[in-house]
Amino acid sequence: MKRSTFLRGLAVTAALGMLPMAGFAQDTIKVGEINHYKRLAAFAGPYKQGIELALEEINAAGGVLGKPLEFIFRDDQGEPGEAIKIAEELMSREGTVMLTGSILSNVGLAISSFAGEKGYVYLASEPLADSLVWAAGNKYTFRLRSSTHMQASMLAEAAAESGANTFATIAPNYAYGKDAVAAFKAALLKLKPDAEFVAEQWPAVFKIDAGAEVQALERAKPDAIYNVTFGPDLAKFVREGGDRGLFEGRKVFGLLSGEPEYIDPLGDEAPEGWTVTGYPWYDLKDGPGGDFVAAYQARYDDYPRLGSMVGYMTAQTIAAALTKAGSTETEAIRMAFEGLNVDTPVGPIVFREADNQSTMGAYVGTTALRDGGGVMVDWAYKNGGDYLPTPEEVKALRPAE
Amino acid sequence: MEFFVAQILTGLANASSLFLVACGLSLIFGVTRIVNFAHGSLYMLGAYIGYSLMQVLPGGVGFWGSIILAGVAVGIIGVLIEMLVLRPVYRAPELFQLVATFGVILVIQDLTLIIWGPEDLLGPRAPGLRGVFRIMGEPIPKYDIVLLVITPFVALGLWYLITQTRLGVLVRAATQDREMVGALGVNQVWLFTGVFALGSALAGLGGALQLPKGGADLLMDFNILAPVFVVVVIGGMGSLPGAYLAAIIISVLNVFGVTYLPQSTLVLMFIVMIVVLMIRPYGLFGREEVAGEHGQVGEPEDPIKPASSRARLIIALGIAALAFLPLYGSSFSQVLATDVMIFCLFAASLHFLLGLGGLVSFGHAAYYGGGAYVAALLVTHLNSSMEIAFMLAPIGAGLAALAIGWVCLRLTGVYFAMLTLAFAQLLWSLVFQWGDVTGGDDGLVNIWPSDWLNETTVYFYFTMLFAIGGILVLRHIAHSPFGYALRAARDSKRQAETMGIDTHKVQLLAFGFAGLMGGLAGALFVFSKGSVFPNELEIARSFDALIVVFLGGVKTLAGGVVGAGFFKGIEETLTRFEYWRLVMGLLIIGVVILAPNGIVGSLRKFVRRLRGVSEGEGA
Repeated sequence: MKRSTFLRGLAVTAALGMLPMAGFAQDTIKVGEINHYKRLAAFAGPYKQGIELALEEINAAGGVLGKPLEFIFRDDQGEPGEAIKIAEELMSREGTVMLTGSILSNVGLAISSFAGEKGYVYLASEPLADSLVWAAGNKYTFRLRSSTHMQASMLAEAAAESGANTFATIAPNYAYGKDAVAAFKAALLKLKPDAEFVAEQWPAVFKIDAGAEVQALERAKPDAIYNVTFGPDLAKFVREGGDRGLFEGRKVFGLLSGEPEYIDPLGDEAPEGWTVTGYPWYDLKDGPGGDFVAAYQARYDDYPRLGSMVGYMTAQTIAAALTKAGSTETEAIRMAFEGLNVDTPVGPIVFREADNQSTMGAYVGTTALRDGGGVMVDWAYKNGGDYLPTPEEVKALRPAE
Repeated sequence: MEFFVAQILTGLANASSLFLVACGLSLIFGVTRIVNFAHGSLYMLGAYIGYSLMQVLPGGVGFWGSIILAGVAVGIIGVLIEMLVLRPVYRAPELFQLVATFGVILVIQDLTLIIWGPEDLLGPRAPGLRGVFRIMGEPIPKYDIVLLVITPFVALGLWYLITQTRLGVLVRAATQDREMVGALGVNQVWLFTGVFALGSALAGLGGALQLPKGGADLLMDFNILAPVFVVVVIGGMGSLPGAYLAAIIISVLNVFGVTYLPQSTLVLMFIVMIVVLMIRPYGLFGREEVAGEHGQVGEPEDPIKPASSRARLIIALGIAALAFLPLYGSSFSQVLATDVMIFCLFAASLHFLLGLGGLVSFGHAAYYGGGAYVAALLVTHLNSSMEIAFMLAPIGAGLAALAIGWVCLRLTGVYFAMLTLAFAQLLWSLVFQWGDVTGGDDGLVNIWPSDWLNETTVYFYFTMLFAIGGILVLRHIAHSPFGYALRAARDSKRQAETMGIDTHKVQLLAFGFAGLMGGLAGALFVFSKGSVFPNELEIARSFDALIVVFLGGVKTLAGGVVGAGFFKGIEETLTRFEYWRLVMGLLIIGVVILAPNGIVGSLRKFVRRLRGVSEGEGA
């Protein structure tokens, strides 16, 4: 009897698996969205909500090219190989016209390489790796979010003006952390050639030994600290560092540390006085940024994270590209992306023809405590285009086509 | 000097949670011989439950009460797991329970996500213990000092329990000789349940105790698993003093590593483990294992025989159906079939080692990923053609396997398995760290096949040729004299050597050959995806293969391939659902309980029963 229930369960599962194939009679324009909905649920959830909000608005206004725009969301479990298989399925079986998605850089790079080889358009929405549009760039891959290089350069600018001379860095021991430190160093030394780096700490990602790292940083006695850790590592680092007095009298520059995704879990223990990149949605009242926050809060009874805005902008960008292309042919979409202008919650952005990178910037500000939670004050929006290399410099970075 | 003292104190405080979790694992292993991979999940549950309790219970009493209650709650969960999942499979073949615990991991992951949501939870502070003590001028968080003090008391309590009470006598007796304890009339069933509950409670306690130093997040289960296993292995599996000492060694060394070799954070503990196992093959306080200790040996295996002509016909028809796939299937179905065939070859190569050789490798991804990386590195750095890279990849993986096998084969059983895992981790960290050459976790991209192969259908046939060819070769070797020698070495090393078989050489060759085949699968993989990332070398990848081999049936020739095909197919369907890990976990547990001989083994038994052939023992 047990065995027969097991078999029946199996049959039901198999039957359910057929369901997604059933409904392709509707005439919509489909876009394939591949992400780590399970593995990075706290990030991918708000991102997906942002996309859905934008889709509702776009379709209420008549869709694109006279048809409703639809996203097909698929989970890749954070595995590059799995993402590529899904990309193939979306493009060859589901009839999507282009691909988007990914938060993790390695998955983004895998999809990008695949898209370049097969000739599919891929809009990398969230991955930050510089190589995505430079060393490993290809003409089918476009990136929306401001890259590691751009955000690190913004912080380096603030660091150069801070009066600190000796710096220590702490970054997760993987590609993103290394890129973030290298970019910060290069940008800072350009602005302030006498800056000195006295310590580099490399905790394993999500396995930080915070007490030991704090002791090691303290030992180097730097004027300022550049932090790239995030998630649970950041929480542990902030707690140990605060307890042991590491941050007293020191400037701290934190990459992404002001994003609600990272600062909110810290609650009333959020660090104060750090210079960070982030997303101060609570202060955005007017203009396109404020409109987005209001619409999001009305729709979801929740506040937007940075990922929500990136998701929203992803759908906006794709709608704009399809409208400009006037067709769903890959080549037309690709051409439309070159130099594409999009009006977004952060203002107008452009996809640069030189490296397919958008000029989306970031908010840079100082952290403070307000109502028992960390916020950014004295913030300013920095235009991403100002922190990108010139088209000539970029040409040397990208592989010849 | 002050700095040293401060560092040692930090290391000792870090050792606290690690010790609690590790001694629970060690205890469970010592008595039940179950390698409990779900131990990290119990630790995670302890943290989440502790967190929730602290939200409702106020003050200092509430805080410490919550920690204890979290331990108790996780202990009860442990009892449920033991009774519902493990008890039915104690009689299954060696290490099979490991697969059941893997199913438990998946279930707990999704349940935790459903109950507590995806956002990281910041652990509450211990009331009255915020801030630092100054010790020789160095700031040490007050809570660290508390942890430092608590741990020896817990250790002492356990020591008392184990050495001075009747329960402890039974536990020690069972650790030494389970059968004897059973023969003396001790109710083993409840002893196992009790020990599992105690071990689980310790893990829960460890999870709740670390809350003020961090919090609760959904990645904790896997993140603690590797260090805990390292601690248990270094200490000697089943030894509590060993676990205590090893936890301290690892934690303190780690603190110094962070200071003097900041880049060492990924590898340090694995290097320590390799060194310790080289000097003391059974850990610091462990003892040599007796064959067949890990669960029952199970029924003796049927002698393998060539497939019957009917089976051959069915397989030939299946292959033919696959070969005509491009005629009736979509382009995506070919991509999918390519993926499945590659995975089948990978699983078959592990099965060769595990089933025929009796060598349980926990690090088989080293050769799969290794092969993929050899090919990718050749293409990236030497601009070699795809064909040459493809040919050299399995050779590279095979050579790596020979080298690693040569070291690992000095050990046996779980220690052997853990050493293979350590080497796989070493390789993983090398690839991960050496960004200039390997691209780190940004991997190597644009590794595409030559133009003549780049078409999906052509590559599908190419994969089919090598994957099915590889599987047939593996099968053929099983029937060759070498295969006989390998099985002889597995079943009775002494008798095999008496007959003039150089068992060490045979096993080493088998290890190298399995690595070669794994590398072939890896090479097929990298050119089908066009890129490779360190994910392909991860522990998780090794376990993917391990689990399908067990579920397919270790003691049957077709087990690896059938398990791989079956589960890849299920996974493909399930991952479309929101809570697929929950379903997958339950499915794995279900298969483990219903088919304790694996899918193929249990099917065969079922068919035989239908035919009315007597089975000797009866099931």
